[in-house]
Amino acid sequence: MSPDHSRSFVTAASDMTTPPDEHFDVIVVGAGPAGSAAALVAARAGLKVLLVERGEYPGAKNVSGACFYGSAVLNELIPNWWEKAPVERYVCRRDLVLMSETTAVSMDFRSAAAGYVEPPYNAFTILRPKFDRWFAAQAEAAGAFLLTSTVVDDVIKERGRVVGIKVRREHGEVRGDVVIACDGVNSWLAKKAGLQRDLHDHEVSLGVKEVLGLDEAVIRERFHLTGNEGVAYEYVGAVTQDVRGGAFLYTNKSSLSVGIIGQVSSLVEAKKRPYDILEHFKSHPAVAPLVRGGKLREYSAHLIPEAGWKMMPQLVAPGMLIAGDAAGFCLATGLYIEGINYAMQSGIAAAKAAIHACACRDFGKHTLARYTELLWPHNVFTDFRAFKHAPGFVNGNRLQNLYPDLVAHGTEMLFQVNGQAKQKILPLSFKVMRQYKVKSRHVLSDLYKVARAYLW
Amino acid sequence: MVMTTHEEKMHTTRFRVDDKPHIVVDPDKCKTCSVRACVYVCPANLFVPLGDGSVLFNYEQCFECGTCFIVCSKEGALRWDYPDGGYGVTFRES
Ligand SMILES: Cc1cc2nc3c(=O)[nH]c(=O)nc-3n(C[C@H](O)[C@H](O)[C@H](O)COP(=O)(O)OP(=O)(O)OC[C@H]3O[C@@H](n4cnc5c(N)ncnc54)[C@H](O)[C@@H]3O)c2cc1C
Ligand code: SF4
Ligand code: SF4
Repeated sequence: MSPDHSRSFVTAASDMTTPPDEHFDVIVVGAGPAGSAAALVAARAGLKVLLVERGEYPGAKNVSGACFYGSAVLNELIPNWWEKAPVERYVCRRDLVLMSETTAVSMDFRSAAAGYVEPPYNAFTILRPKFDRWFAAQAEAAGAFLLTSTVVDDVIKERGRVVGIKVRREHGEVRGDVVIACDGVNSWLAKKAGLQRDLHDHEVSLGVKEVLGLDEAVIRERFHLTGNEGVAYEYVGAVTQDVRGGAFLYTNKSSLSVGIIGQVSSLVEAKKRPYDILEHFKSHPAVAPLVRGGKLREYSAHLIPEAGWKMMPQLVAPGMLIAGDAAGFCLATGLYIEGINYAMQSGIAAAKAAIHACACRDFGKHTLARYTELLWPHNVFTDFRAFKHAPGFVNGNRLQNLYPDLVAHGTEMLFQVNGQAKQKILPLSFKVMRQYKVKSRHVLSDLYKVARAYLW
Repeated sequence: MVMTTHEEKMHTTRFRVDDKPHIVVDPDKCKTCSVRACVYVCPANLFVPLGDGSVLFNYEQCFECGTCFIVCSKEGALRWDYPDGGYGVTFRES
């Protein structure tokens, strides 16, 4: 055994000086955005908080695209946070691109409206290992104890109630009144506590990503940006070949984040390797000029819980709450992928419920159920219910692979001037639909589904 | 163009390898598996099908994403856990 295995509890974490047998009010597992938000809020309320992370540092195990839409949420916790945090660029441009193998049709949105270009801004691009480290340090500054390089293996249950955690080390038991599981998409803690089942392969998507180093001046010029402006591109269609999913490209300060996301069951069916799809994506004529000259800095991969409302575990048990990706709070609607904001919002709601339970000294299910009530005003349930039809619809084959191709091809024909008679849009549409063997009734039923998913 | 091979990609990611494997595959069970989903989905390409019908697995450059665990349909073929604290993959940029 290497000496590292026998590190004592105290020396394991440079940040931690508390002996293991101490009792905490709140134990938070996982120092991602959900865990750090929960720890920050609980610590500020004067509670004794332990934040446990298995990575060498918070963010060491974490991957997002990452376009962070929760700027205003975080601004309430830490005013003008972007002046202190390691952010890359604020996002004032979004580009939604439909693709066929040869063509791309995009809706390029740019705004100089206050909501986008002024504090607290609409969104920022970030890099998780840097951002998460900073965010966890804010929780520490508020008084939480951060314990890194420590795996939590299980919960301790007594008389049906969770009363602490088991960490992977000798004598590794830590007790606390409320355990908040913020351990991400593969939440072993939620499973061990009996609150979540094994996930199915159609409920999760695999994201693979590259960070490509590129000169700041080149990024500004290439993407038509000034100063610290940034752009978020999202792609659907042939770009993921037969796999249901999408792709993204985000501008950082001096790098690009480029990745593809594929539904796991669909990767298996198509027998496609995710990194091959990524290469295929980068070679698309609409993407290649954007990534040209980029120098690979890091390759990464991570799972995303995408089924939303339908895969939500039991969120509350006596002595325990579940937040963030562990609870499936990642919204993938095809128009965007948002998880960091919901992780923070649910983390905050969980902390508030824990504070309430500590105040009444009652950690039973009924008292902690305040958490689920708070998920409405914190806009987690609100959004997931509103978009509950979107994930299933987004993963439909026609929307995923057929329509983007069809629209791209139709637009191609619309714009081509080749000496033949021009056609008006409706006859052209029918012609393209015939070519793609799409039936009008399918289009109508899909339009209805689009409307149900996004309009009302 | 910025095309990279899978080897080049893996080269950029940092791993602190533990001597103890955190994922263990039972090659006998794999011999009877017809799906071999792990081979396609693993973003690190750590599952290699062998001529004798078994699958060779190497845990060292694992992203700890959990995909193989989710797709493996053979009961008991794959024992999956996180590596010990501080070991395994460490992202610096992503
Ligand atoms: C490729 C990709 C692109 C994405 N793009 C975006 C995007 O652009 N915008 C967006 O908002 N969201 C995006 N998401 C989703 C977003 O990453 C997640 O929703 C978000 O990270 C969830 O935060 P969390 O705190 O719940 O979980 P995580 O960020 O996963 O954090 C969980 C933490 O718990 C730790 N942990 C796990 N198990 C244990 C244990 N047993 N013991 C101790 N510690 C443990 C982990 O190391 C980790 O630090 C993307 C996801 C992926 C994979
Ligand atoms: S899917 Fe499971 S049983 Fe099949 S080859 Fe892979 S690890 Fe073995
Ligand atoms: S956890 Fe992910 S990276 Fe590791 S072996 Fe399984 S699929 Fe591959």
